[in-house]
Amino acid sequence: MFDFVSFIPRAVVQGVPLLFGSTGETLTEKSGNLNLGIPGVMYVGGISGVIGAFFYEQSLPSPDAISPFLAIAVPFLCCLLGSLLMGLIYCFLTVTLRANQNVTGLALTTFGIGVGNFFGGSLIKLSGSDVPSIALSATSAYYHRALPFAENLGWFGKIFLSYGFMVYLAVAIALIAAFVLRKTRVGLHLRAVGESPTTADAAGIDVNRYKYLTTCLGCMIAGLGGLYYVMDYASGVWSNNAFGDRGWLAIALVIFTIWRPNWGVLSSFLFGGLYILHMYIPSGLNLAVKELYKMLPYVVTIIVLIITSLRKRREDQPPQHLGLPYFREER
Amino acid sequence: MRKEGKEPLIHISKRAALPWYVAWGIRAAAIVLALVVSALICVIMTGQNPLQIYGAMFTGSFGTVRKTWVTFQDVAMLLCVSLAVTPAFRMRFWNIGGEGQTMMGCLASAACMILLRDVLPNWAVIVCMVVSSIAAGAIWAVIPAIFKAKWNTNETLFTLMMNYVATQLVAFFCVVWESPKGSGKIGIINGNTHVGWLPEIFGQKYLLNIVIVLILCVLLYIYLTYSKHGYEISVVGESERTARYVGIKVSRVIIRTMLLSGALCGIAGFLLTGGTSHTMTTTLTDSRGFTAVMVSWLAKFNPVWMILTSLLLVFLDRGASDISSKFGLNQSFSDIITGVILFFIIGCEFFITYRINFRKAAGKEAETHV
Amino acid sequence: MSDTTPAVSMRNITKRFGPVVANDHVNLELYHGEILALLGENGSGKTTLMNMLSGIYFPDEGEIFVNGRPVTIASPRDSFRLGIGMIHQHFKLVDVLTAAENIALGTEGRLDLKATARKIREICDLYGFEVDPKQKIYDMSVSQKQTVEIIKVLYRGAEILILDEPTAVLTPQEADKLFNVLRNMRDAGKAILIITHKMHEVEELSDRVAVLRKGRYIGQMKTAETSAQEMTNMMVGHPVELNIERPDPVHPRPRVQVRDLTVRNEEGIVKLDHVSFTANAGEILGIAGIAGSGQKELLEAIAGLQPCESGSIAYLEDDGKEEELIGKDPLKIQDMGVSLSFVPEDRLGMGLVGNMDLTRNMMLRSFRRGKSLFLDRVFPKKVAENVVHDLEVSTPSLSTPVRRLSGGNVQKVLVGREITSAPTVLLTAYAVRGLDINSSYTIYDLVNRQKEAGVAVIYVGEDLDVLLALSDRILVLCGGKVSGIVPGRGADKREIGLMMTRTGGADNA
Repeated sequence: MFDFVSFIPRAVVQGVPLLFGSTGETLTEKSGNLNLGIPGVMYVGGISGVIGAFFYEQSLPSPDAISPFLAIAVPFLCCLLGSLLMGLIYCFLTVTLRANQNVTGLALTTFGIGVGNFFGGSLIKLSGSDVPSIALSATSAYYHRALPFAENLGWFGKIFLSYGFMVYLAVAIALIAAFVLRKTRVGLHLRAVGESPTTADAAGIDVNRYKYLTTCLGCMIAGLGGLYYVMDYASGVWSNNAFGDRGWLAIALVIFTIWRPNWGVLSSFLFGGLYILHMYIPSGLNLAVKELYKMLPYVVTIIVLIITSLRKRREDQPPQHLGLPYFREER
Repeated sequence: MRKEGKEPLIHISKRAALPWYVAWGIRAAAIVLALVVSALICVIMTGQNPLQIYGAMFTGSFGTVRKTWVTFQDVAMLLCVSLAVTPAFRMRFWNIGGEGQTMMGCLASAACMILLRDVLPNWAVIVCMVVSSIAAGAIWAVIPAIFKAKWNTNETLFTLMMNYVATQLVAFFCVVWESPKGSGKIGIINGNTHVGWLPEIFGQKYLLNIVIVLILCVLLYIYLTYSKHGYEISVVGESERTARYVGIKVSRVIIRTMLLSGALCGIAGFLLTGGTSHTMTTTLTDSRGFTAVMVSWLAKFNPVWMILTSLLLVFLDRGASDISSKFGLNQSFSDIITGVILFFIIGCEFFITYRINFRKAAGKEAETHV
Repeated sequence: MSDTTPAVSMRNITKRFGPVVANDHVNLELYHGEILALLGENGSGKTTLMNMLSGIYFPDEGEIFVNGRPVTIASPRDSFRLGIGMIHQHFKLVDVLTAAENIALGTEGRLDLKATARKIREICDLYGFEVDPKQKIYDMSVSQKQTVEIIKVLYRGAEILILDEPTAVLTPQEADKLFNVLRNMRDAGKAILIITHKMHEVEELSDRVAVLRKGRYIGQMKTAETSAQEMTNMMVGHPVELNIERPDPVHPRPRVQVRDLTVRNEEGIVKLDHVSFTANAGEILGIAGIAGSGQKELLEAIAGLQPCESGSIAYLEDDGKEEELIGKDPLKIQDMGVSLSFVPEDRLGMGLVGNMDLTRNMMLRSFRRGKSLFLDRVFPKKVAENVVHDLEVSTPSLSTPVRRLSGGNVQKVLVGREITSAPTVLLTAYAVRGLDINSSYTIYDLVNRQKEAGVAVIYVGEDLDVLLALSDRILVLCGGKVSGIVPGRGADKREIGLMMTRTGGADNA
């Protein structure tokens, strides 16, 4: 029998970085910006948190002096700041200077992964450890701490309560984002900006401001995905390139959910499940098949992309002005 | 009388035209500025004299004969992938799947080397490698093209996803053909027999690759600039309606062009596996598919300029990795420098396309402008 | 009009786009309780001027006063705050949103779509509109979309309304309804400005007229005290005598025969409804009709660009041989030996490639010629030189991208290329739109030369005076149906005007 009680929590923790990434990217894309720099942003989010945690731990006179509040707040704020800077670079280039979004995004990814690995490497050297990784067990313990009753509630506790706070944060952010998009004035304006900036502009909406704010906010949310990955999922262990291709998977998830953050919650767990499915499917001795299983999230995304373009339902299409710069006096 | 509301301070308008030398002057200025900023970063990181650092970067790329060859080989490979994605970009088809298409080329080449080494003579294996790589790359590229042509499926996202499907396919075959058993890696293929290895010419391992890519570069330039196909590509890229109006079959052009794009990526894969590394890994293409997007865009989709832009990016990469080892930084330092320089070059296009008028000077400028 | 403070007063407004001066020290005043018609030819800067009131553009020089106070309108939001609402010619609506959502765009406070819907219904009741607040824009007809635009402005409580060519896309009935609404609003004390170049609308609706010409303010007068002739003179600059020559038809014989042609557009709306007519060689067949009556579809169907539902389009050769054109694309039609030229309405978006130079644009039609894989660059260059020389195109060089040329020169390049191939059929859509008088005459002349050379010319126009002066026969379209075909000589403008608004009344087809 397939072991759901151990599979689901593992799928969830795999899915959470994707959920952060895709919520951030969905918001960004709703404003008409196709930010292919998200993988880089997530690296930067992760390493910024690690840097914060590292120096906080270093500054402690003894491990016992750690304050739970600061242990969480310092990496968290560092992460937000780092991702925000990435968002600002992207916005300055694509919104203010109207540069090509694909090229800017890819450059941002190169840059972000470089920053992540560079500072990761430097910290590893600084900490003088023998293995090529850096462990921040003290601070990460606070990220990793599960809800108090998880232990006592059997399978229910394991499936629903056994996670660190950032898992619940990811779900909450996704649901809030969905609510804001659908039900609030800000969301309505944002959708208008991504669909038709000329219309939004004529309606008195400050297009550039919306693009800046949502893209930066989107980057900060995506950056949290990187933070979650190191501080909770990897228990505070940073090693270079460990984050892998999750950033691209987050972009895939945006398409898969056809730009609906609330769908992202379950879909990200599904993607997480697909990502680790190979460990649960008895493939005998054939290790190679596992690699094929890892292909599943991408294949499924392609299928969704094709189906939505075949169905041509207007509500399921990418924002109409996605990827294009806006210049009011274009003639 | 006090006016209500704020007056915008700056006003941005499109430029009518800039002479080419001013445009390239602005680009050159951006690169210089980027180098200054990168130098500052280097100084902060290492405390060294920036001139020394740039000197070190130069010796890192061209310091020895061997290094120079490696640099040129890297330029050739990057150029090859960049050439491959360019026809699609000229058509405004955002093919960011160069990575996957190249990988499929590697995979096909490796498959031929492994499966046919005991069946066919060396020359026949190489022929099979060429044909199958081209086919594999082309197939990988034409799938998104067909969907774009028929149902307008978003090509950026589709080609992006295809990259990872290709990565996993390669990963799959890496395990299937692993050698030695249990390593999960392929290692050097046919290390003893050299079956399927491209021959050295004039005693230089990389020369053949470089020559092939240069020939491709010239051919592609001719194709895009002087051929009827190239003209159709430009028309479709500029306006699909115009293309239809003059009877160009847009979907056929899209499919045909992506076949070409993919085929060139396949050749890049073939050169990587058959000519350079004689192996196959999931990281063999080294993100060239993505870097190629930038190389091509920076060169304004002109194959000849791309020689320069790919040289620039490879130089930065190799130079920066050399200084990072020299000054005790890690390899990824080069990505940061590359990123910074790209940001500057990307940003400077704005000043070529647009003119900024400051309110106060508006009257004066108008006079001088007319 | 007792209020002596103007609702809006624009003084010495100047706006440039690069080297082009769109508005040159323009003055304009608009009062509460009046409808002002802003008149001007295409390209005279009407829309640009109004876009500065709505905050889309910012003037380079000049001042704007609203209700007597100096104001700065730097953004559409500033404009709303001052009670200005503009209904753009190209609707500013988001297709995937509902009517209510579109109307709520840009307003402030908590989003309450139910309350919005309620208020929309109130406005509808007040002025007699019919709109479902929950309907998506992409499901709406053009006139419904316009209604949404008007409600949007009223919803915001605008006191000053600007309408940019609001009737261009409406049927006469819809236009009448709109005019009634506008009169109601005027009587309610709102200031209304309508941009148009249709004289009858000006006479029917407005209280006062202001005229722009080539970006300059020419003058204003009371509608009651002027005449269409005087207004036209002001618009054009000198007393116009439409002195277009009309040579006699040269040996006319049937060339294109259209029978029962029915066309639906992508949304499934019937754009052409059982249209039948014959275009003769050596003749100009003028096509009149309100914009959007099916002119575009008709030309594109003949050119092989528009899928047709039923009917036939036959190309008749001199020896009486018939070739069916439906189901063939432009390439096949060309291969059949039919030399068909088409000057489309959208010059830079369809007829030419704006970013390519003159030479490369000349190739568009001919580049396939010959078996070579490579482009022939000598021939197009020669064509470009000829066109530049013969039609007096003013361009810095042959390698200038055509988008940098002025409107008149762009059109000369396009027409020049199309007639180079010695066509037997020439289709033109709004060939003189946006052109100055001189360029327009060049084009009329070219068309006449083609006619004399035995070409079957189908000329879609919007200016009835020109159609009457140029065409040998005039086909009138209304709502996709032929409402009549009349001889051009001695045709009565009023009668044709009536036919344009009378659906399907085919009394002499």
